[in-house]
Amino acid sequence: MTTTIQYADVEIGTELPAQEFPVTRATLVQYAGASGDFNPIHWNEKFAVEVGLPDVIAHGMFTMAEAIRVVTDWVGDPAAVVEYGVRFTKPVIVPNDDKGATIEVSGKVAAKLDDGRVRVDLVATSAGQKVLGMSRAVVQLA
Amino acid sequence: MALDQSFVGRSYPPTDPYEVGREKIREFAEAVRDTNPAYVDPEAAKALGHSDVIAPPTFVFAITFKAAGQVIEDPQLGLDYSRVVHGDQKFAYSRPVRAGDRLTVTSTIEAIKSLAGNDILDIRGEVHDEAGEHVVTAYTKLVSRAAEGA
Repeated sequence: MTTTIQYADVEIGTELPAQEFPVTRATLVQYAGASGDFNPIHWNEKFAVEVGLPDVIAHGMFTMAEAIRVVTDWVGDPAAVVEYGVRFTKPVIVPNDDKGATIEVSGKVAAKLDDGRVRVDLVATSAGQKVLGMSRAVVQLA
Repeated sequence: MALDQSFVGRSYPPTDPYEVGREKIREFAEAVRDTNPAYVDPEAAKALGHSDVIAPPTFVFAITFKAAGQVIEDPQLGLDYSRVVHGDQKFAYSRPVRAGDRLTVTSTIEAIKSLAGNDILDIRGEVHDEAGEHVVTAYTKLVSRAAEGA
């Protein structure tokens, strides 16, 4: 495990570089194939509306995968993430146009733990709505 | 109807091994637009101390969720999957998943709750490699929404 960030160099409140992740219908079709989750609410508008959704929504696991990139890009080695959990609070709604939706993610060090570990709290929003709750990662630093 | 509490603590037999391939990891990393070289370049992964390319942190969900199907589709439990949404997800890793891993999953029902007519099911998936070493535990919370008029 090799991280570019040193435990001694971070403080509670240290902010990680925020990122924005675009998501279109094509992204969702590709993610469905790669993940094996072919639930039609993620690609079929007619089906999504029939089950009471406003439109096609992104896979929660897609949003979770994007959010942790704020951490893995920060530390360099993705294996530094030793724990990662989220609550799916609101769906990311993905309109059928060439713009799609955007997931905005920020993170900051919320606690310094034992053995060179820190807890990073993430905030993920889309269209002004918080889409993940209790989004936390425990990261092993050098 | 509320789910049967007697299922809490029930474990299901380990799944057949899932062999993690380099190209499957690459496909997943491309799908989430993640360009970290540790996912696609064995030399870059080795420079970080890994024996082969590693998988992104959420990759293992595809394997653990398929395993959770044993629980979800257990006719005795009687979960209405058409009403199920994913509530929470958590992973606790002993080490990253890497190419060449042969992973088995053992699923256990951790908790069943009933809240405002919704059934809430907590499933723990323990993932081990071929040597029997723990790799990651996946905690999945599923919420089966109450049927209208119920």
